[in-house]
Amino acid sequence: MPQITYRKAINEALAEEISRDENVVIIGEEVAQYNGAYKVTEGLWERFGDKRLVDAPISEAGFIGMGVGAAMMGLRPVIELMFWSFAFVAYDQIINNAGCVRYMSGGKIHCPLVIRGPANGGTNVGATHSHTPENILATNPGVKVVCPATAYDAKGLMKAAIRDNDPVFVMENTLLYGETWEVPDTEYIVPLGVADVKRVGSDVSLIAHGRAVITSLLAADILAREHGISAEVVDLRSIRPLDEATVLQSVAKTHRVVLVDENRPFCGVSAQLAATIQEQAFDELDAPILRVCTLDAPAIYSPPLEKLQLPTPERVVEKVLSLT
Amino acid sequence: MKDQQVASLAAQAEINRQLTPDQKINILRQMMDIRRFEQTALKHYQAGGDMGGFLHLYIGQESVAVGSTSLCGEHDHVITAYRDHGHALAMGMSMDECMAELFGKATGCSGGKGGSMHFFAPDKNFWGGHGIVAGQTPLGLGIAFALKYRGQKGCCLCYLGDGAVNQGVYHESLNLASLWNLPVVYIIENNGYSMGTSLARSSAYSENLAARAEGYGIEWDLINGEDIYAVRAGTWKAIQRAHEESRPTVLQIDTYRYYGHSVADANAKKYRSAEEIETYKQQHDPIRLWQQQLIAEGVLTEAQAAELDAAAKARANEAARFAAESPLPLESDIFTNVYYEVDHQTPAGKTGRHFFNN
Repeated sequence: MPQITYRKAINEALAEEISRDENVVIIGEEVAQYNGAYKVTEGLWERFGDKRLVDAPISEAGFIGMGVGAAMMGLRPVIELMFWSFAFVAYDQIINNAGCVRYMSGGKIHCPLVIRGPANGGTNVGATHSHTPENILATNPGVKVVCPATAYDAKGLMKAAIRDNDPVFVMENTLLYGETWEVPDTEYIVPLGVADVKRVGSDVSLIAHGRAVITSLLAADILAREHGISAEVVDLRSIRPLDEATVLQSVAKTHRVVLVDENRPFCGVSAQLAATIQEQAFDELDAPILRVCTLDAPAIYSPPLEKLQLPTPERVVEKVLSLT
Repeated sequence: MKDQQVASLAAQAEINRQLTPDQKINILRQMMDIRRFEQTALKHYQAGGDMGGFLHLYIGQESVAVGSTSLCGEHDHVITAYRDHGHALAMGMSMDECMAELFGKATGCSGGKGGSMHFFAPDKNFWGGHGIVAGQTPLGLGIAFALKYRGQKGCCLCYLGDGAVNQGVYHESLNLASLWNLPVVYIIENNGYSMGTSLARSSAYSENLAARAEGYGIEWDLINGEDIYAVRAGTWKAIQRAHEESRPTVLQIDTYRYYGHSVADANAKKYRSAEEIETYKQQHDPIRLWQQQLIAEGVLTEAQAAELDAAAKARANEAARFAAESPLPLESDIFTNVYYEVDHQTPAGKTGRHFFNN
């Protein structure tokens, strides 16, 4: 199986869906002639032209709102945000329009829109460019949120997102764009709402999404090698819809849970998961649910310190050891 | 003669000369329907118990929606803000479904989920009904984008109030409309007040809001909204520009609302004088003026006009009866129309947890 980057995997998903469905149109800043600010759309403009790849001026509220209107009419816009942090200037369009129009119209309208782009800290760009808004978007019924951790998942989830008839927000990660994974040549889809056990274990469940999955896998290595602890790593992949069954199965197996989350702890995805687990699997727990989140302050610039602000394998290991 | 003065030069515009007597009468009928619908809605709102929330009345502005939408063809679409009853009825939605929506009933156009500000009829090219000031302006752009993408000869009439022109997203939309040559017509319905703040207190260069379009290289026009002929003649030029050149236009149509910003506007009579309102009612009322015009043209008699009005009132009362007798949505309906995939029970809709009630 070929090894390709996370970036290339998304690029292939976009190319395949543009070819498959004439309604798919890519809109965003620098997506066409510049080849993508992070090169995710590299080569697509040359291949598919101006109609399918639209370079937008810096007007997120304008072009996202335009995408919502076009989606209401039946197009399938895939809108790139250079950073998900920029979504805040378009929040009315994303939540009030994309998220609520189906409901407010009593189901007469639906909005097959994808918004995608990186949503991560850890690149020393300061607080305004380092937001991880999956929690604040996923809290809104009517929208869907996915956070792929690997190239395989990024491609499969992107294709599912584009084919979905509801608004789907795909949160990528600039620190993962250059990482490589095995991705099959043949077409596949990763459905929304299906978690994936990335490492099987028996002593503790590390439950994560996005890059925190990679952090958890590194921690699981250390735990096995240095402490003889077998950690299972559950990758949520999709925040909403959420695969609770896979999470609860893992909890029932290991009876111990550490949630690893690049959200801040307050109202983060892990806070929702903790509530879910204690509501539905309280008797399975042999210890309190613990969390390793991004430290609760705006993203710091100083590169060495920002590394410490995000969840690290070391902090995960330490938290797991505190359980015993 | 006073009646003859009502007729404007715009009456001679080709698009108006083509109007048949039936079409002219239908314009009057639509305006009367809107007014009687809203007067009936107001009566029920004030009686208490039938409706909640906001009720933004369009009374006084009927000629704008009716005049401009009377020009719409197969691929022409309409989207507006929260003062949407007039546009909805003008686009062919029934009084029954609209009144039932105000009553929060299952038979309402949005099944009781949208309310006054959120009427929709995509099958009639009417895309709402949007509650956030100027939030609909990029949606209108998207409708125009989709038309152009598909090669359909049409346009989007996107209405906004004079209070919306100071929102950033409207300006983003103007830039994109011009940059990408999109067939959208922004129609500023200038009723002089953004809630309780007069035009002069809210907008720089309040003499002309449409002229801001020049900064984006967009054609603009000022239209007297009390005159159906003027509304049609001016809007038709913009629609033709959209159809033939795929270029946007900004129109400012001056009009007036008789009631407050919404029924909940506690200061509706404080930020303007009673004389001001009365002057508009007596001298500028678009329904009265159009009726006089048609009588002067010999298209209609006073008696026929009275019959039309009585019929509109009867339809509105019937709609209120229909709404009152209609069932409420079920409690389980709270969870429908959230996700398309869940509603249709597709594999995607059945995978993972979508709702998080505990």
